[in-house]
Amino acid sequence: MSNKQWVRITPVQNIPLREGRSVNISGRDIAIFNLGDRLFAVDGRCPHKGGPLAEGIVTGNTVVCPLHAWKIDLETGSVTRPEAEPACVAAYRTRIESGIVLVEVPEPSAKDQDNPHFCGGQNPASGHFPASNTAP
Amino acid sequence: MMQKLVVVGNGMAGVACVEQILKHAPKFEITIFGDETHVNYNRILLSAVLAGEKAADEIHLNGLDWYEKHGIALRLGVRITEVDAERKTVTGDDGSLTPFDKLLIATGSTPLIPPMDGVKKEGVFVFRNLDDTRALLDCAAPGKKAVVIGGGLLGLEAARGLQVQGCDVTVVHLMDTLMERQLDFVGGSYLKAKMECLGVKVLMERNTTAILGNGKAEGVAFKDGSSVEADFVVIAAGIRPNVELGRKAGLQVNRGIVVNDYLETSNPDIFAVGECVEHNGTCYGLVAPLFEQGKVLAATITGNRGPVYGGTIQAAKLKIMGVDVFSAGNFSEKAPGTDAVRYEDPALGIYKKLTVRDGKLAGVILVGDTSDSHRYMDWLRSQTDLTAMRRQLLFPGPANDAGLDVAEMADSKVVCGCNGVTKGAIIQAVHEKGISTLAQLKDCTRASTGCGSCTEVCQQLLKAVAPEFQEEAKKNLCKCVLFPEDKLREILRSQRLRSVQEVLEIYGNGVGCEICKPALSYMVDMLWCGDHDEDRSARFINDRVHANIQKDGTFSVVPRIRGGVTSAKELRRIADVAEKYKVPMVKITGSQRIDLLGVKKADLPQIWADLGMPSGQAYTKGVRMVKTCVGTDFCRFGVQDSTKAGIELERRLEHLYTPHKLKMGSVGCPRNCAEATVKDIGLVGQEGSWQVVVGGAAGKKVRKADLLITVESMEEALQAATLFFQYYRENANYLERTYDFVERKGIETVRRETVYAPLAIQQGLRERLRKSKRISRDAWLEGDAPRHPTQFVQIEPLEKVQA
Repeated sequence: MSNKQWVRITPVQNIPLREGRSVNISGRDIAIFNLGDRLFAVDGRCPHKGGPLAEGIVTGNTVVCPLHAWKIDLETGSVTRPEAEPACVAAYRTRIESGIVLVEVPEPSAKDQDNPHFCGGQNPASGHFPASNTAP
Repeated sequence: MMQKLVVVGNGMAGVACVEQILKHAPKFEITIFGDETHVNYNRILLSAVLAGEKAADEIHLNGLDWYEKHGIALRLGVRITEVDAERKTVTGDDGSLTPFDKLLIATGSTPLIPPMDGVKKEGVFVFRNLDDTRALLDCAAPGKKAVVIGGGLLGLEAARGLQVQGCDVTVVHLMDTLMERQLDFVGGSYLKAKMECLGVKVLMERNTTAILGNGKAEGVAFKDGSSVEADFVVIAAGIRPNVELGRKAGLQVNRGIVVNDYLETSNPDIFAVGECVEHNGTCYGLVAPLFEQGKVLAATITGNRGPVYGGTIQAAKLKIMGVDVFSAGNFSEKAPGTDAVRYEDPALGIYKKLTVRDGKLAGVILVGDTSDSHRYMDWLRSQTDLTAMRRQLLFPGPANDAGLDVAEMADSKVVCGCNGVTKGAIIQAVHEKGISTLAQLKDCTRASTGCGSCTEVCQQLLKAVAPEFQEEAKKNLCKCVLFPEDKLREILRSQRLRSVQEVLEIYGNGVGCEICKPALSYMVDMLWCGDHDEDRSARFINDRVHANIQKDGTFSVVPRIRGGVTSAKELRRIADVAEKYKVPMVKITGSQRIDLLGVKKADLPQIWADLGMPSGQAYTKGVRMVKTCVGTDFCRFGVQDSTKAGIELERRLEHLYTPHKLKMGSVGCPRNCAEATVKDIGLVGQEGSWQVVVGGAAGKKVRKADLLITVESMEEALQAATLFFQYYRENANYLERTYDFVERKGIETVRRETVYAPLAIQQGLRERLRKSKRISRDAWLEGDAPRHPTQFVQIEPLEKVQA
């Protein structure tokens, strides 16, 4: 099964309130959002056309992709707009320790087999992830 | 045989009374004397004229044709100086002698000038009639220092009007409370804060002793030894009833001409009405009593003596842009058995107080939110028992049925207090005259033609009763903020909310979305002329980093090249930047600009610094560019210097935000090489003149721009263009391009409200534009001083994950 580890990322004040910032954690592009009372982390690329989610406008617990306004739930990683869209992005656990944001990511060895988040068991992103992720 | 009725005074009271008399059987040959040279006008709206919201001729109540139609002899510009009660004649200052059978004195009041030195100096004004207003308008100019003596209703209206005209206004008040006759100390403090928030300075507890200056007002001195500078001074310290004619006629006179409940004076053939009378020990200085008195007097004088006047509940409404105040009845808490019920919210500037005595409403004060004034006025008039409603005095439960309020209203309830029009009268008019619009209702019943505060109730009544009534469909901003944008702008203008989050918390769901957040960002920026608390998280990524996001997450950089005119040196710098940062694509845009595409966010600040050029705003809803042709410099056809005009237009408007992107063009001849007629704003040079065109488009939609105005000089063209620019900024909905905006408004309306608007309106637009422009700055300066440490920086994890 998966081995996960907590990674120290950056002082929390580097992520402004109600904004996101992207960070590359051993090859994963992850977007971290500061919602004041809590932090969220999801894969940084929109399942639609790979838009940078960290640059989106935060609305409640969701972020709106800046490219074509797909909406992603930051808690679950699932796409909430378009409504019928089954795609999702991975969501990661976060915590703050002495003012530093930590994100829990799978260990690099587990990277290829283990997706930290499944959309109801199906392959979440078929045809949606950028080519590099879906190429055979 | 008709009797001769002479009316002295062509003001609101006299004419309103004559209107009532005309409703009775014809009995009189009427002559009206007015010492002003204007036809009868709505004095309440003088402050709107001063504030430039209305033109002088828009406040006329009865035109000359009305007098003619009713066979009334109108003698304008004649002051009646003598009255002989025995011989029954009046003498005018033109030497005329006019006999009467009945005399109606409606001489109103004059400004009270408190004892002080120097009131005869040049630059000292009162604010009472149309001539005073015109004189003030002539004198007012941006930057002039105006001192208004008197912090009552009239003084504050004058202050606000002058402030809208761009004057630097100070209000001086003798007491410790503004409008102390209408407000308690707390209410006065809220009002003071609102006025100060609007930019009017307020000095309390200052006793003015002299107007300083050598022949001309230069300042005002106070009893405590201090003084303030002034370019001109307005005295608005109260009014004094004009009673001289009453005295000369031998009538009983106290402070005013004494009348009984039938409006009769001590002489059976002489009557008096309005501000010059004293009824039951009270002289009224407000409008509602005039109408009530007029009705009673009309009955009495036409031989239908019966209706009585029982006095009027004193109610005052201050309705000046941005400040709403309502006060009625007795707000003192001192009387035994009086309870005060209060609500206040300092952040919103809302203060409400009701005084309740013996279970009934005794008085009310509303500051900042007067939407319930009708309900309270009704409780005051009807003396409703409030015992069962004690918990809902300040917060009525939400009405399930929007029409319930008007449905619950009794037919006899007065809707328009100014003109005394009841709900029943309005319904009757709707049914009998087939009225379906507010304008028709105004014409027919005069309802809502006074202070205008009943407009909403009239609308609701029309909606409920008139079969053909169609309300303008208005779309709410989004699901988070359930207000149409125009309504929201109106609300926010009167509030002190300077940030998107504050607006969302008070008028929205507290969260917001990608639709309302950028819209509200724009709105607070526009309303506060740039002086607001900008919240970057509410803005689209382009406005967070001042570059245009591309499909791969990189950005494009477009420096400002005013008018599309560049130089070899500038081009070389651009080329160097493109090489240094390995810019994947360098492209000439359709807007005569150069686009560097595929730039990484982290490189933006350094690229801007290397370019050394301001932002071209190609990424935002803002001033994009002015496209120009070569005009007269090299072109053999050009007849106007379109290049210079375009560069200047761009310079005057650059760095500002607009409801949607704004593209402009300037051409030097009708060949239109820079396509000015399909731009949001276009300047089209012709032999000897310039056309300013607006609302053009050549995008999603193709639309030929409408002609705004044709002017002679380049400067006039620039002025007209910038006027439209600010008008669009203030009145368009977010993401509404000028071509939709101009179509929605209609070009005639746009012209009327910009280039043909009263000077004061134009000056207001210009002043707000100037203020916004002063605060605006080149967004790319943030490259050197980021708003946030990680605005452009790629965050690197503090620790590496072990592979």
